[in-house]
Amino acid sequence: MHDDATQKNTLLGADELVLNMGPQHPSTHGVLRVKLKLDGERVRGTECVIGYLHRGVEKIAEHRTYQQFAPYVDRMDYVAAVSNGLGYCEAVEKLMNVEAPPRARVIRTILTELQRIASHLLWLGTHALDIGALTPLFYCMREREEILKIFEKYCGARLTTHAFRIGGLQYEAYDTLEKDVERFCKDFERRVQEYVDLLTGNSIWIGRTRGVGVLSAADCIALGASGPILRASGVKWDLRRAQPYAAYDQYKFEIPVGTNGDTYDRYMVRMEEMRQSRLICLQAIENIPAGPILGKVGKVLKPPPGEIYHSIEAPKGILGYYIVSDGTTQPYRVRIRPPSFVNLQALDKMVRGHLVADVVAIIGTLDIVLGEVDR
Amino acid sequence: MQVPLDNDMAKRYRERFGAAILDAVEDRKQPYLVVACEQFSEIARYSRDVEKFDLLEDYTAVDWPRREKRFDLIAVLYSFPHNMRLRLKIPLGASEQVASLARIWPTANWLEREIFDMFGISFAGHPDLKRILLPEEWQGHPLRKDYDILQQDEAWVRENLGIESGQ
Repeated sequence: MHDDATQKNTLLGADELVLNMGPQHPSTHGVLRVKLKLDGERVRGTECVIGYLHRGVEKIAEHRTYQQFAPYVDRMDYVAAVSNGLGYCEAVEKLMNVEAPPRARVIRTILTELQRIASHLLWLGTHALDIGALTPLFYCMREREEILKIFEKYCGARLTTHAFRIGGLQYEAYDTLEKDVERFCKDFERRVQEYVDLLTGNSIWIGRTRGVGVLSAADCIALGASGPILRASGVKWDLRRAQPYAAYDQYKFEIPVGTNGDTYDRYMVRMEEMRQSRLICLQAIENIPAGPILGKVGKVLKPPPGEIYHSIEAPKGILGYYIVSDGTTQPYRVRIRPPSFVNLQALDKMVRGHLVADVVAIIGTLDIVLGEVDR
Repeated sequence: MQVPLDNDMAKRYRERFGAAILDAVEDRKQPYLVVACEQFSEIARYSRDVEKFDLLEDYTAVDWPRREKRFDLIAVLYSFPHNMRLRLKIPLGASEQVASLARIWPTANWLEREIFDMFGISFAGHPDLKRILLPEEWQGHPLRKDYDILQQDEAWVRENLGIESGQ
């Protein structure tokens, strides 16, 4: 894969050139630099240069207590902070062998599904913008704002929410949470239809996305690509169903899949995922169990020595935490398996043979967040 | 919370690889095998092809500086047909090399580069082993335990950013 890419990057043919895309480029969604080896406008190979946002999150974890580290995970995938927090809290809970109470798990599920919608909305808006459709961005931002308002009412923060605590929740649901979520969900069905009207049958959209960046199911698994990318290639697999966590075992939802594994299918899968998340939220607010919101965890967390690996279905794919405890108040090692980092590796396979303009579409369809790639 | 792992899968691994399976453990209901680094490549291939662990979900390392074999490499495998995970743990001395998994699971390419970057473990047969998150000229491997949290490559910072140490 990369071996011939790099070799050929140094050995250029007579009519080949290297073009640096990024790190300052609006369509790279942050500071991603891609060295493109071009033959005219065709891409013959790529090399990603990443690490501009590297903050050493895993090193920091070894010098903080378990609770102190929780806000840091929000800053990896900063457009889906709630999902990051859920994965981390559940991993530490498993390490300590405690469980969050049922009420906390249902509220966690609601907020996490809202976060999935918000993350997909931001993806849709910027992806469409990259391809040349300006309008959807404004619509997507409008709906995302409603979700951020719910987060703000719940925990006071909009982006880096730190909404959950190890063992459950810090805050009780505010009085009108169910009503707010219901109002958003009722409205959202019509909103999704608006995006569909704008894009799904649009011939420019289809021209720019069909057959672009194709990944087969076997490629996805070999490259570790997960989440909507894997499902768009026809693998009906979702961690929420395969190994349910939080309260997902209580709700009915479909796992949308594609057939061609191209950019258009990934678009369709994410659109349907937003609808399914909406249905999960509606089911969850029907019946939020009463009871405590925080389980029996002490103020000082000292998990017994040992290790745990726990992963969840984040909006972008498998988000895994591998935590080693040595019995003290600080983790001995925290490894974060970021979906964006692994998915980005598929870029090289996806763009070969395509035009430079398609690179923009393919980076968009991968839905990467550089804060998570670099950590 | 650690108990010996004694199921059919562990038996199959032991039968097939004998002494190369150093230990089989279940920690908090999650199984892992400790395997010898010399046979790691064959065990990985067997895991993918026979035991159907088709996804290398994660690959990372842990530093234990006071142990005789300083590093643990940890490969998290997932099987779509069986819907289960297995971790392979490979104890590795400071100067030892381990075979690259990039030919078995292409996803190992970047994951191994990150381990190389953060721990300085080198992988034999890796197609393009170089740093991935830190600058290529950087000295030191930050996730080693003897690398202080405030430490950085001050010469690199001075030369390339034109500032004295940021701390």
